[in-house]
Amino acid sequence: MRHLIDIQQLSREDISRLIETALDIIENPGRYSEVCRHKKLATLFFEPSTRTRLSFEAAMYELGGDVLGFSESNSSSAAKGESVSDTARTVGCYADIIAMRHPKEGAPLVASRTAGVPVINAGDGGHNHPTQTLADLLTIYREKGSFNNLTIGCCGDLKFGRTVHSLISAMSRYENVKFVLISPEELKVPKYIKTDVLEANNIPYIESTSLEDNIGKLDILYMTRVQRERFFNEADYLRLKDSYVLTPEKLKAAKADLSVMHPLPRVNEISVAVDDDPRACYFKQVLNGKYMRMALILKLLEVAV
Amino acid sequence: MIIGQIKDGIVLDHITAGKSPEIYQILCLDKLDCTIATIQNAESLKMGRKDIIKIGKVIDINFDVLGYIDPGITVNVIRDGKLAKRERLTLPERVTDIIKCKNPRCISSVEQELRQEFRLADRERKIYRCIYCDSEAKKQI
Ligand SMILES: [Zn+2]
Repeated sequence: MRHLIDIQQLSREDISRLIETALDIIENPGRYSEVCRHKKLATLFFEPSTRTRLSFEAAMYELGGDVLGFSESNSSSAAKGESVSDTARTVGCYADIIAMRHPKEGAPLVASRTAGVPVINAGDGGHNHPTQTLADLLTIYREKGSFNNLTIGCCGDLKFGRTVHSLISAMSRYENVKFVLISPEELKVPKYIKTDVLEANNIPYIESTSLEDNIGKLDILYMTRVQRERFFNEADYLRLKDSYVLTPEKLKAAKADLSVMHPLPRVNEISVAVDDDPRACYFKQVLNGKYMRMALILKLLEVAV
Repeated sequence: MIIGQIKDGIVLDHITAGKSPEIYQILCLDKLDCTIATIQNAESLKMGRKDIIKIGKVIDINFDVLGYIDPGITVNVIRDGKLAKRERLTLPERVTDIIKCKNPRCISSVEQELRQEFRLADRERKIYRCIYCDSEAKKQI
């Protein structure tokens, strides 16, 4: 593999390797602190995403490498009408690896054809965001010790939530995994995820509108934001929004070893009072994201440690 | 209707009944100067009814386009009055510049001279998806 555009490109084996590397980085950070010396990461962010950009930059700095790049299209060549393909080809002359965020779906794939250096998709519109999924996977692995025998609850906006779709695809490859899909009627998981991913892999799942009825079954609860603009009318939003907010009250019914995850940023779907609960993992997820990005950069640059 | 009537040419057989005008158009057969016969609603043991197109000249045919429009077609190439080659078409794995992605958020809607590429995602259900944004093709099979 030379690029990472879609999480589906990674086999179970690839994921295991990346996790091994990430765990070794966590154990022995000193061994990795100079391995990317004189290598440059270009962060091309055609739309702003501060947290993802900082994660990539921190990852490269911790490997001893350097970072160059831009954020937002109005300050860049895209504002002058340059194609993605030409921008990638130009930047490929300066950098050893590229992380690209772009509002148009498929832009990183186009970039990967001309860049001449590895391209990482750092989010293309509402389409793919594979390094978020890598962060999620490392978190699950570190919290649970395995990817097998897990009941995973996904709660919130399951219709537009691309992180949920990728997580379902990635986790559907492991043994004895079950899903509980919790959302308002309006925001259920798209049909193709059910037919092409869940049913195609014989993964048991249930759909429900109630978090409270299901929280007790879960090993993992993956929360997402329910956005106001996804609803047809304000009344529906107000009626439903609180049922998808995680509070210490609702957590009382949950298992003692539940892991609560969230791709962040959160708006109000997890009460701040939950943050100190040992089951809250969403800030660990942020840190895990950096480790997985480090592992990915090493893999794509073919740096042996 | 016997193949032997053509000395050198192509017979497109097992065309879904009613599809021959579309295929005639897509292959630009109106631009050729040779004899062309279209037979509509011929009786077929396999299909009940079918269309057939006979072209009195061996021309280059884009099998991907043809396979995408009507995957059941059999292409018979006739040389010196004999069957030189027979190919049964199937849905192609990839089609380029045949379907256009309708997703306005897709990079193919803005990138200069980017070719429209679709991959066959599900052969049974004949579903093609854009290689850039994974949108399902709205198609006319
Ligand atoms: Zn597209």
